[in-house]
Amino acid sequence: MAGIPHDHYEPSTGGEKWLHKRLPVVGLMYDTLMIPTPKNLNWMWIWGIVLVFTLVLQIATGVILAMHYVADTELAFSRIEHIMRNVNGGAMIRYVHMNGASLFFVAVYAHIFRALYYGSYKSPREVTWIIGILMFVLMMGTAFMGYVLPWGQMSFHGTAVITGLFGAIPFVGEAIQTWLLGAGAVGQPALNRFFALHYMLPFVLLGLTIVHVWAFHTTGNNNPTGVEVRRTSKEEAERDTLPFWPYFVIKDLLALVVILIVFTAIVGFMPNYLGHPDNYIPATAAATPAHIVPEWYFLPFYAILRAFDDSVWIVILTNWLTFGIIDGKFFGVLAMFGAIAVMALAPWLDTSSVRSGRYRPMFKWWFWLLVVDFIILMWVGARPAEGIYPVISLIGATYWFAYFLVILPLLGVIEKPLTPPATIEEDFAAHYPKSTGGSSSAPAAAPAE
Amino acid sequence: MLKTLTLTTALGLGLMVSTGAQAAGAETYVEDFDFSFEGMFGRYDTMQLQRGMQVYTEVCASCHGLEYVTFRSLAEDGGIGWTDDNVRDYIEFNGIELFDNTLDDGFGDFRPAELTDTFPGSQAEGAPDLSLMAKARAGFHGPEGTGLNQLFYGMGGPEYIASLMTGYAEEPECALEGEPMDGYYNTAFGAGGFPESCIDENGKHKVPGSWIGMPPPLDDGWIEYADGSPNDLDALSADVAAFLMWTAEPGLNARKQAGLTGVIFLSILAVLLYLTNKRLWAPIKKGRDE
Repeated sequence: MAGIPHDHYEPSTGGEKWLHKRLPVVGLMYDTLMIPTPKNLNWMWIWGIVLVFTLVLQIATGVILAMHYVADTELAFSRIEHIMRNVNGGAMIRYVHMNGASLFFVAVYAHIFRALYYGSYKSPREVTWIIGILMFVLMMGTAFMGYVLPWGQMSFHGTAVITGLFGAIPFVGEAIQTWLLGAGAVGQPALNRFFALHYMLPFVLLGLTIVHVWAFHTTGNNNPTGVEVRRTSKEEAERDTLPFWPYFVIKDLLALVVILIVFTAIVGFMPNYLGHPDNYIPATAAATPAHIVPEWYFLPFYAILRAFDDSVWIVILTNWLTFGIIDGKFFGVLAMFGAIAVMALAPWLDTSSVRSGRYRPMFKWWFWLLVVDFIILMWVGARPAEGIYPVISLIGATYWFAYFLVILPLLGVIEKPLTPPATIEEDFAAHYPKSTGGSSSAPAAAPAE
Repeated sequence: MLKTLTLTTALGLGLMVSTGAQAAGAETYVEDFDFSFEGMFGRYDTMQLQRGMQVYTEVCASCHGLEYVTFRSLAEDGGIGWTDDNVRDYIEFNGIELFDNTLDDGFGDFRPAELTDTFPGSQAEGAPDLSLMAKARAGFHGPEGTGLNQLFYGMGGPEYIASLMTGYAEEPECALEGEPMDGYYNTAFGAGGFPESCIDENGKHKVPGSWIGMPPPLDDGWIEYADGSPNDLDALSADVAAFLMWTAEPGLNARKQAGLTGVIFLSILAVLLYLTNKRLWAPIKKGRDE
């Protein structure tokens, strides 16, 4: 199935041949598991497996939670307490599910920034990238709706704020908001549909995961050099790659287990650290939390949302040009969704001829500034919108857009990239000089390339 | 409802100036009490939970409730350490009854509580239920929104409760200048009324805390412990805070044990996988030809 030449599954026994003629499922599994993988992948290539694991973990724990949960505004909060107190293992399952959302986003952000650094989004992997961004958006929607289900104070008032974003759309906003909530305000219809969608969307994600993997199995993995695997002959391809099983399965499992140690420690020793205490107060419309703060993983985009208010010149200009249709509120909403949209466009905004950031001396600086920018936005998103904080948000949000819309296109023109190694084999050999081998039974021939 | 919606939307969209200012100015004082259940190896102190339960029963329960806590949980592992009979005696001694609408041919009647029932809810107007209070309040914040204090000191729920008990103080002088305030000045309580005369020109509060409706519930020696344990205000406050942590998180002991077991098990697995991975890749990294 991959474009890289490699051995395919050959049914040997009679039974295997019988099945293979009717349903080549073993062949599909073999080709997927034995896919030639660039042998120089580093530790940033482990997040995909972590994400698959987390998705399965969330579905497994989520299905059990759904067996005990009731999506009724009168009961939801006490049903969570019922799970925590009366269901066997309920507290653990719920804490794993709760913190699993955080694990999911840690992994997805690492995964995305890895792709941004090594140019994994660039041709021919645009489709993989676009599907990935789509999955990221779905993840955010799923996580948000999951947060509503405990029907605590943050659930309730957070829902009001987030659905209120759609209310900012000119002319049709209020109608859309009512349509989303199923009512004029957050209540029973909203809780019911959010539960239904929160249960359904992970399976859509699972389907998209298969497409995502299929896409990069077709193009082949990117790798730290950004140099493609040689495909002219099977021999050359084999010198650049190793089969996924066992080499990368074991490596990824090791990384996964190390990450799970940290995860287990958080679940076991500080399960509420990443949550908000207000969500242990049953939802009431009568009192509003002093600060409505989204979960940490939404904060960078929340900061971008809040960065553009009516006092920013570009908002004032847009407002004037659109005859007042786009006001500060709607501009903020557009900016938030735009911040994700510009990521999706990265394959066409990046004009550099070199794929990997490793060989782009100027790009590196701008990339790491983007990472710092992301962390600052995350921090400022949780601060009150007063004093110096809106200014920081605005600078941070501006850089986010500038990186994708200005810096990526310009760098390709003005930057003079280094020359990447000719092959993956060469890169790998440079990392592991052969002379160090203890059992030098046969001095392997130095690569002629 | 719709008004709340619009209001919260406005808040979320960055018009948080007024609320934000209040929250930013409302400094509270929360003392870092030492509890036995802190840290990886921390577990509940059964005797302390029993003392705290006595404080709850004799003081808090007259207004507040524990609507999520079942009586039978008092006899479960990792908590108060009672037997079912202890619990039945407790119910009988305190005459705890609840309204059961299946009795009296559907008209309903009062009956004594059973093990499977939950504690009664709050009895007084405006008195919040205490079941989850230790998780619904954070004692520690910051610094500067980084969350580092919560990481090192914990969320501070029980510390907040204990500090609230010990936080009643004389009204500060600045409060005497303006209109008299309703309620009682408390240095740990941040969500109450605050006099204009105690806010400086930058919107900062000159004194910590705010005014709370609840009168001081505890003081030195107000409760006598049968075993003669210390019963000064600090001790009583810490005991009841520990008890309320248990009502909020009855599975804490089991959870921490599971966390420890999990970390140890996964660490061993990680070592084995590390060695496997090293062995697996060794020939490749030595440059073995295919």
